[in-house]
Amino acid sequence: MSTVSTGAADKVLPYDDVVASFDPVLGLEVHVELGTATKMFCGCPTTFGAAPNTQVCPTCLGLPGSLPVVNKVGVESAIRIGLALNCSIAEWCRFARKNYFYPDMPKNFQTSQYDEPIAYDGYLDVDVETDEGVKTFRIGIERAHMEEDTGKTTHQGGATGRIHGADYSLVDYNRAGIPLIEIVTKPIEGTGKYAPEVARAYVTALRELLRGLGVSDVKMEQGSLRCDANVSLRRSPSDPFGTRTETKNVNSLRSIERAVRYEMTRQAAVLEDGGSITQETRHWHEDTGITTSGRSKEEAEDYRYFPEPDLVPIAPSREWVEELRASLPENPAVRRARVQAAWGISDLDMQTVLNAGALDVVEETVAAGADQAAARKWWLGELARVANERGVELADLPITPAQVARVEALVGEGTLNDKLARQVIEGVLAGEGEPDAVVASRGLAVVSDDGPLLAAIDEALAAQPDVADKIRGGKVQAAGAIVGAVMKATRGQADAGRVRALLLERLGVSE
Amino acid sequence: MTSAVTGSTDLTRLTAAETASAVAAGEVSAAEVATAHLDRIAAVDDRVHAFLHIDAEGALAAAAAVDAARSAGEQLSPLAGVPLALKDVLTQKGIPTTCGSRILEGWRPPYDATVTARLKDAGVVILGKTNMDEFAMGSSTEHSAFGATHNPWDLDRIPGGSGGGSAAAIAAFEAPLAIGTDTGGSIRQPAAVTGTVGVKPTYGAVSRYGLVALASSLDQAGPCARTVLDAALLHSVIAGHDPLDSTSLDQPVPDVVGAARRADVKGLRIGVVKELGGEGYQAGVRQRFDEAVALLTDLGAEVVEVSAPHFPYALAAYYLILPSECSSNLAKFDGIRFGLRVGEGDGDPSVEQVMARTRAAGFGAEATRRIMLGTYALSAGYYDAYYGSAQKVRTLIQRDFAAAFEQADVLISPTAPTTAFKLGEKLDDPLAMYLNDVATIPANLAGIPGMSLPIGLAPEDGLPVGLQIMAPAMADDRLYNAGAALEGALLDRWGRPILEEAPAL
Repeated sequence: MSTVSTGAADKVLPYDDVVASFDPVLGLEVHVELGTATKMFCGCPTTFGAAPNTQVCPTCLGLPGSLPVVNKVGVESAIRIGLALNCSIAEWCRFARKNYFYPDMPKNFQTSQYDEPIAYDGYLDVDVETDEGVKTFRIGIERAHMEEDTGKTTHQGGATGRIHGADYSLVDYNRAGIPLIEIVTKPIEGTGKYAPEVARAYVTALRELLRGLGVSDVKMEQGSLRCDANVSLRRSPSDPFGTRTETKNVNSLRSIERAVRYEMTRQAAVLEDGGSITQETRHWHEDTGITTSGRSKEEAEDYRYFPEPDLVPIAPSREWVEELRASLPENPAVRRARVQAAWGISDLDMQTVLNAGALDVVEETVAAGADQAAARKWWLGELARVANERGVELADLPITPAQVARVEALVGEGTLNDKLARQVIEGVLAGEGEPDAVVASRGLAVVSDDGPLLAAIDEALAAQPDVADKIRGGKVQAAGAIVGAVMKATRGQADAGRVRALLLERLGVSE
Repeated sequence: MTSAVTGSTDLTRLTAAETASAVAAGEVSAAEVATAHLDRIAAVDDRVHAFLHIDAEGALAAAAAVDAARSAGEQLSPLAGVPLALKDVLTQKGIPTTCGSRILEGWRPPYDATVTARLKDAGVVILGKTNMDEFAMGSSTEHSAFGATHNPWDLDRIPGGSGGGSAAAIAAFEAPLAIGTDTGGSIRQPAAVTGTVGVKPTYGAVSRYGLVALASSLDQAGPCARTVLDAALLHSVIAGHDPLDSTSLDQPVPDVVGAARRADVKGLRIGVVKELGGEGYQAGVRQRFDEAVALLTDLGAEVVEVSAPHFPYALAAYYLILPSECSSNLAKFDGIRFGLRVGEGDGDPSVEQVMARTRAAGFGAEATRRIMLGTYALSAGYYDAYYGSAQKVRTLIQRDFAAAFEQADVLISPTAPTTAFKLGEKLDDPLAMYLNDVATIPANLAGIPGMSLPIGLAPEDGLPVGLQIMAPAMADDRLYNAGAALEGALLDRWGRPILEEAPAL
């Protein structure tokens, strides 16, 4: 039995009471793994999921004598991210060493940036649905800096999969040296009860922006986008900041919202009891929805930062920066406004699309020929449900916007009805091929030949003569029972409207 | 085959330049040259202990390759077939690389340092790896975990450090060439106390890729030889831009060989640095230095005195910057991925305990001292006072040099305050040991090149004295020009090279 507590649940205060008595302040730190072909300081490839320790060299293994060389594409991505976040770009900056011992750090220091980040002092506007409608919050960006990722340790044996109680640990250095950009917000104030939603909206908007820049695949479940949430409470907005905690391991948009809300309720309970908050790192537990204490910041290491002497300073020329600025893709806020106007949908409907992270896929589905309402229906309905079940992002489902648009086109031309369309989607998701192939192989086309339908109608009428009489007697609403029987008989492959029309015609009644 | 320089027919007494010509001309095979040196090592190294590892098989294979290339009529590079001793701080693929430390015992690097690769490409025959103070921390080679190296002039004395093994190997005729590394004087001070020539090139002139770092902003590999021309030939093989080292200079290598052949100081402005001499320098060192200054004047140089007012702070600044960088550079030695691992089976230790046990067992006293000094100097609350202030001093020293080079083309001083001291004499007094590098450290802090060459024996102890020449960054050729001129004049005066005065081993 492990002696490590996974956290007996702490006392929490009801959320309404928290926001009645406290003002939350947030600080969000997001780590983004860049999608560069090679690592930040060596030429090793960055492919995700390769066999352990196959994408390594003397430099990213930290072997004696090895030296780093800066990846220019990494610097370029950092500048583009900075520009997209409305930051100033440093005219001159250096890397720094962050010194601490850990087995997944090959050199026992991380090459990072300290007091000279490449980008600083920017902002990102995010929209949140409030009681008074959609409200825009401006999130200040303190800095965006470059650093390298660590290796990945897995602990073998023991009860918890954590280092305590493990029999031994394995380290995979494939991830060591992969470029990271750390984006740190300024303290986020004035969000009140919407703090959890603002946190989620910020990460959602940031992810959208990064995806638009094409600098990262921003997959939270694969760790290419990771968020640490700093939360503190104070009695009044005029009070100084309260003591904060930093919650790590928050690996989905939903978790960010939940973790912030949980931390607020936990801290409020401590404060209401007359206690004080310990400045510490806390771990979020997705399954139980709580945070537990990690390492206390009081015993935290002194990182002994100093300028990295193995690298020369980075001094991006203004011409290069302006070139990069000019080539930035459309700003997401501008894009949202443009798309919303084109689709003619309400703020609320637009927010629903954004919250689901579905803007890209819906837009691409529309571009592939589908009606916007139909595209939204699929991605926010059936596909969102499947993605949620599988714990993946919409974009990661094994179905493309073009395939969704094709299914919708088949519905439009009458080949499929809604129920059959769902089955086609299911087939595509199951890897059965293109929508037309699924229709063919599963034999899913709507029965459009009236002959078999009339036969089925006659059979149903014969089986339920009393219902037939009711309809003949003018009780048209009773037709549903017959239509249902026909649909059942044709295994859903009939167009219900057509069945109904044929039935009424057969019985000589009109609506 | 008779040496024009030494008059000897012994293959180990040839200069590198003579050996290369003889091999190229087919007068002697590279294999014979390698064998002669391996025999010499076998005969004397049990007393000198210059080598930590001898790669006879690799050396003979490299020599055979040179001989085969010559037979095939291929053009040989200028040092093809010349044996060399490689300081054990540079990686050589598959060959043990210890840095003089227990913590790396048994480690065989999977890659060649850029310097090593360039030597191999040039047909240089690498005989083995030389002894050094642990991770290049020291001025006597007594801090090697594998025992001290002995000075061939007097086996009871130190050969200097940290590159005592490389200097002693050359002085003992175990190799005509060696590679050293110089962080605060580790090439120049051993050269001075062994009567050999050593050059620390401009920072960034020679790639540091594969040089196990002591202090990244100070470390620089360079040539060790018995003549200025040999050092120049080796310099031109190892120098040049390397994309694997971000601090490597992307500029043409100065014509150091041409400068060594020119050897003309007429009209050259030579500055004697007031702060590097006088009190604290041994009488015989001062005497030989003054004589050399007079000789340079006779040769037509214009000698002036220059002042570098911040040099008295150089040692203090150096002993903050070096330990700071070294505390971080040496963090990777933790027993996790390579080298020694200690205490794994003792109880049920945590990974932190294994790291701590490994480091405690693997590092010697001097390494531990400097790691602790550096860790302290970089700590929150002390950084500005220590590391920050030291960097400011470094800037002031760079300005002192800039001002001095307005008045002079090269600067000179004694290389070290004393001749070789007795083994054990300063081992318990770190500060006394650190003072050996008082004259060499400023060049490292400023990143400029420096050379040490022998200028005679101190009358009081009969041991070699070195003179240091310093030049502006990327003007390494000036060292070779001035050094070769002085060397030639001294040889004329002495009649034979200084190493001929050393007792037979």
